Amino acid sequence: MSATISSAETQRAAGHARSRDWRRSADRFGDGLLYGVCALAALVGVALILLIGYQVVHGAAPAISKFGLGFLVHTTWQPNFGVFGAGSLLYGTLLSSFMALLMGAPIAISIGLYLSLLAPAGVRGIISPLVEMLAAIPSVILGFWGILILAPFAHEYLEPWLHDTLGFIPLFGAPETTGASIFTASLILTIMIVPIIASVSRDLFLAVPREVQDGASALGATRWEVVRGVVLPSTASGVTAASLLGLGRALGEAIAVTQVIGAGAAINASLFRTGDTLASRIASQFPGAITEMHKASLYYLGVILLVIGLLSNLTAQWIGRRFDYARMAAK
Amino acid sequence: MSEAVPGPAAPLTPSGNLRRRRLFSRLTELGATGAALFAVAVLGIVIYTVVVRGASALSFEFLVTGAPTGIAPALVGTALIVAVATAIAMPLGVLAALFVTEFAGDRVARASKLTLDLINGLPSIIIGLFVFALLVDHRKQSGFAASVALAIIMLPLVARGTQEVLLLVPNNLREAADALGVSRWRTVLGVILPSALGGILTSTVLAVARAAGETAPLILVSSVFNGKEVILNMSEAMPNVPVRIFQLSEEANPEGFAQAWGMSLVLVSLILFASLGARAMHARSRRKMSS
Repeated sequence: MSATISSAETQRAAGHARSRDWRRSADRFGDGLLYGVCALAALVGVALILLIGYQVVHGAAPAISKFGLGFLVHTTWQPNFGVFGAGSLLYGTLLSSFMALLMGAPIAISIGLYLSLLAPAGVRGIISPLVEMLAAIPSVILGFWGILILAPFAHEYLEPWLHDTLGFIPLFGAPETTGASIFTASLILTIMIVPIIASVSRDLFLAVPREVQDGASALGATRWEVVRGVVLPSTASGVTAASLLGLGRALGEAIAVTQVIGAGAAINASLFRTGDTLASRIASQFPGAITEMHKASLYYLGVILLVIGLLSNLTAQWIGRRFDYARMAAK
Repeated sequence: MSEAVPGPAAPLTPSGNLRRRRLFSRLTELGATGAALFAVAVLGIVIYTVVVRGASALSFEFLVTGAPTGIAPALVGTALIVAVATAIAMPLGVLAALFVTEFAGDRVARASKLTLDLINGLPSIIIGLFVFALLVDHRKQSGFAASVALAIIMLPLVARGTQEVLLLVPNNLREAADALGVSRWRTVLGVILPSALGGILTSTVLAVARAAGETAPLILVSSVFNGKEVILNMSEAMPNVPVRIFQLSEEANPEGFAQAWGMSLVLVSLILFASLGARAMHARSRRKMSS
């Protein structure tokens, strides 16, 4: 350039250029580093799922190769003789969880409806957090409460009453000597899944456009008819997904169920007899398992639980996503 | 049209079919209200029992001595285990959330969210089995293994919570930073993270509240201890509150029950205060964001 530029200015310009270059390469480095670290953190999740699957299946390998798929239907579980079968546990798991869903889903959906459509804003602001607080109570405390408070109550009042009125159905057989039963476990599971389903369905119902509901009202529909004709049909898939999430939670709950189910070994038609579930058997026997086959069989229970859990979750996600698309299409 | 058409002077009250429909609607409304009250009542009964039975066990000695009179080792153990778990899960969760909202494309983001949701949906006993196989089998139980298990439980909660607040950070901020020529990493660290800090803390506190009461994995990886003295060494099995409650509840011993109620009271009050605090914080930061 021209000779009038002093050497000091050239130097300063060169300094700026240098610091700009340095800045640029530092930025490029920083960008790359942050991207890499973040991507790595996101990969940890994927790696975890795979590792969990691998470790649990690996632990179960001896039992899988010895018992095969027959494990799922055999009902003897005798650690002393090295004979294991998950039949009765599978039965107990499915029975207690479906009972919980049967009792919990209607209650939870009603709560969702109340909180989204009926409750005045002030009341909603109080009851909503209270319902969610129910989900925050640790399962071990709920189970402990279940043993000492709920089980005696169920044994004293609920079970005899149900037996007297519905005794002709095998499910409601004669009550046993204590309150530890599949029925009590279902009650505890109900308490655990209600807040989950309720808060999801509340959010779904709140998302139903006001105009559509008002339109139905303007056509003369009563409040129930608005719910029945507009709110529920447009959120059905989301509510189903929420219920599946609740079911998944119930299937996998170990501690509270261990505390109240009574660790029975046999398959009983009656809800009022003791039973056991996959998760609860792992929790109660794993710490004391000595032989390799016993441990491997407990891992095998874990594999079954993992498959059931992943299936119910994936189905819920899939249904939930379909719901998303349905809503997008409507817009 | 056999029905008589009402005259213009007829009173405007429903009759026949409409009355039935309204009655039914009214009944369903009552049912829904009843369901909500029922849930609140159950919460009330549980909390009431825990408070009433726990309060009689509570004393200064109970909080500061070891077994058999007190629970200090369990409290310290739970605090340490959860603290280390938070130290693992929080950075990982925040970074994973940043990846999803700031860097990843649509498809990768969806896949990452799905994995996080799947981890969140895993039964906690499975996570216990996994950590047992990974860190405890053929070795010994340790507080560190317990922290890892809890960190796996907390990770999706922190990550999903953080994602939600990151999505709430106004895009103007990102665009403004871009327009000023600020590089991506400076934008993320200097602009986006600070404005999402409240939400990140909220979701972390909620995750801590969830992890503190988690029992199933700890039974497998940190349950062999005498509970007499405080243990600060994370490579040993550490006494902790949830496992102790579980053990006492299985023992059918009235004194143990009294202690378990006391511990339940301590644990429940910590958890409820934490989640209430997080909730209040959440409401505040949301108001700030939207204004």
